[in-house]
Amino acid sequence: MVSTVAKNIDISDLDIYYGDFLAVEDVTMYIAPFSVTALIGPSGCGKSTFIRSLNRMHEVIPGARVEGKVVMDGQDLYGADVDPVNVRRQIGMVFQRPNPFPTMSIYENVAAGVRLNAKRMKKVELDELVERSLRAANLWNEVKDRLDRPGSGLSGGQQQRLCIARAIAVEPQVLLMDEPCSALDPISTLAIEDLIAELKANYTIIIVTHNMQQAARVSDETGFFNIAGVGEPGRLIEMDRTEVMFSNPKDKATEGYITGRFG
Amino acid sequence: MSTELHTAAASKVTLKRPSLRPRVVWVIVAGCAATGLVVGPLLGLNRTMSVVLAVVLLLVVLPLAALRVEGARRATDRLVTIVVSVAFSLALLPLLSLLWTTVKYGVGRFDPEFFFSDMRGVLGEGGGALHAIIGTLLMTGAAAVISVPIGVMSAVYLVEYGRGRLASSITILVDVMTGIPSIVAGLFSFAFFAVFFGPSIRFGLGGAVALSVLMIPVVVRSVEEMLKLVPNELREASYALGVTKWRTIARVVLPTAAAGIAAGITLAVARVIGETAPLLIIAGSTTNVNWNLFEDRMAALPVYTYYSYTIPGIPPEFGIERAWAAALTLFVIVMALNLLARLSARLFGSATSR
Repeated sequence: MVSTVAKNIDISDLDIYYGDFLAVEDVTMYIAPFSVTALIGPSGCGKSTFIRSLNRMHEVIPGARVEGKVVMDGQDLYGADVDPVNVRRQIGMVFQRPNPFPTMSIYENVAAGVRLNAKRMKKVELDELVERSLRAANLWNEVKDRLDRPGSGLSGGQQQRLCIARAIAVEPQVLLMDEPCSALDPISTLAIEDLIAELKANYTIIIVTHNMQQAARVSDETGFFNIAGVGEPGRLIEMDRTEVMFSNPKDKATEGYITGRFG
Repeated sequence: MSTELHTAAASKVTLKRPSLRPRVVWVIVAGCAATGLVVGPLLGLNRTMSVVLAVVLLLVVLPLAALRVEGARRATDRLVTIVVSVAFSLALLPLLSLLWTTVKYGVGRFDPEFFFSDMRGVLGEGGGALHAIIGTLLMTGAAAVISVPIGVMSAVYLVEYGRGRLASSITILVDVMTGIPSIVAGLFSFAFFAVFFGPSIRFGLGGAVALSVLMIPVVVRSVEEMLKLVPNELREASYALGVTKWRTIARVVLPTAAAGIAAGITLAVARVIGETAPLLIIAGSTTNVNWNLFEDRMAALPVYTYYSYTIPGIPPEFGIERAWAAALTLFVIVMALNLLARLSARLFGSATSR
């Protein structure tokens, strides 16, 4: 397994903007190390926007900005001297649609984090890192004989696991997953969910999902986001231990969403 | 009762429709062609007008027949099919005619002597275009060496970095540059170098600079389009690995767009390789092979063609033959470049197939 030290994340009074538009308002949340946190809520409520602001991917979009604090182990990620590139090396991300680099082989995709960052590494070490990451992503046995084939030749589920291997090859401490299974069939989804359960031992994981059963199956904590109406900012309505959220939520809206009465 | 209703309705609805048999269609087409070509001359029309008559006949007869048998929608379909086919042939005809004419007249001097000798001391028969071929390849190559880095980097700026005033004004400037008449590019290059070397300056590099003025906007435009096609997801995937923006561009975006960029550059080269006017001004013309871009006049195939035709020598046939052969050579070079572009696109494409 990849050796890492998972970190906690302390988010306070976070407002997220696209230009002048306030997309997510006033989120305060604590995420414990080595935990899986699921974020649920109807489409457009700002879950993805929120998760992207945790590794400073939000500001990649022109005009996008953030106010408030995201503190990881005592360091404010939005501090004045913080380099977003360094933040992203600590906090990896897996996207909704599998996006392996089309010009690269399976091996190169996993090694991309090291190679693109121009880190010097011996061939043997790199081979080891690639194997370790692919094993951690439960993909090694399926691809070990064709590491030099293009990553785009894999099935959707395999591609997504390749993307997870690529993300953990950088040896981050936190892994963000933005609806990682929404483009996958149930079998691939199960493979990813098993993987999340294993990765929990080494990483702090935050996952956005539309699938309530998935949130119930994989997460320790669940946060429910909602939006008051079109053009209104999204808010964190309620957050609690997953069992509590699914059996005895405090908020009416949470209960309505979880039981499928709206959203 | 209800079953009766049901069967009555079902018997009315039919999924079939009458249609003209393909054989009937061919008979109509052949009939119109024959009528046009027979009746035309009787009416005193020449060959072209007879073909026009046949097409007009077909435009009327086939849709009318279709209207009677097949209904309005199919009739419209037939009408539009004919119109589109005619438009396509009209567009293709001049190209084929050009190719045919060039091959017909050019193939006469397509011999080893033409490719392996220059025009030094040749007045009538013989002579070749070696100096012009070398000049064209050198100047176009130098133009590509100048334009490709500038063009690719400008496109990278416009797509990946450029925001606001500066970017939009560069875009406008590129658009304006696309429309520069080639003679103006030549005059620009001449005026520029005349400042340093005096008004009698003629040299290959000047020609390359003039060509690159024409080439840069084409390269910027095509590379810009290719970079825009690279999905944003790939950039984000790279950023999320903690890769810097510049490295993302150099190692992810550019390789992903490589096939399209190569094709775009090749087409830009093909676009300027046939330029005559700017080279006439700044590169001049000569009868000798000149390998040095930095000194002395340099011939090019289009300029060679121009002079061989306007000043063919005595007797004129040989000069004119050489002009056609040079035009054909240029044709072959451009064709080879296009094939190269397709080939490179396929080679890169196999690695990038998604």
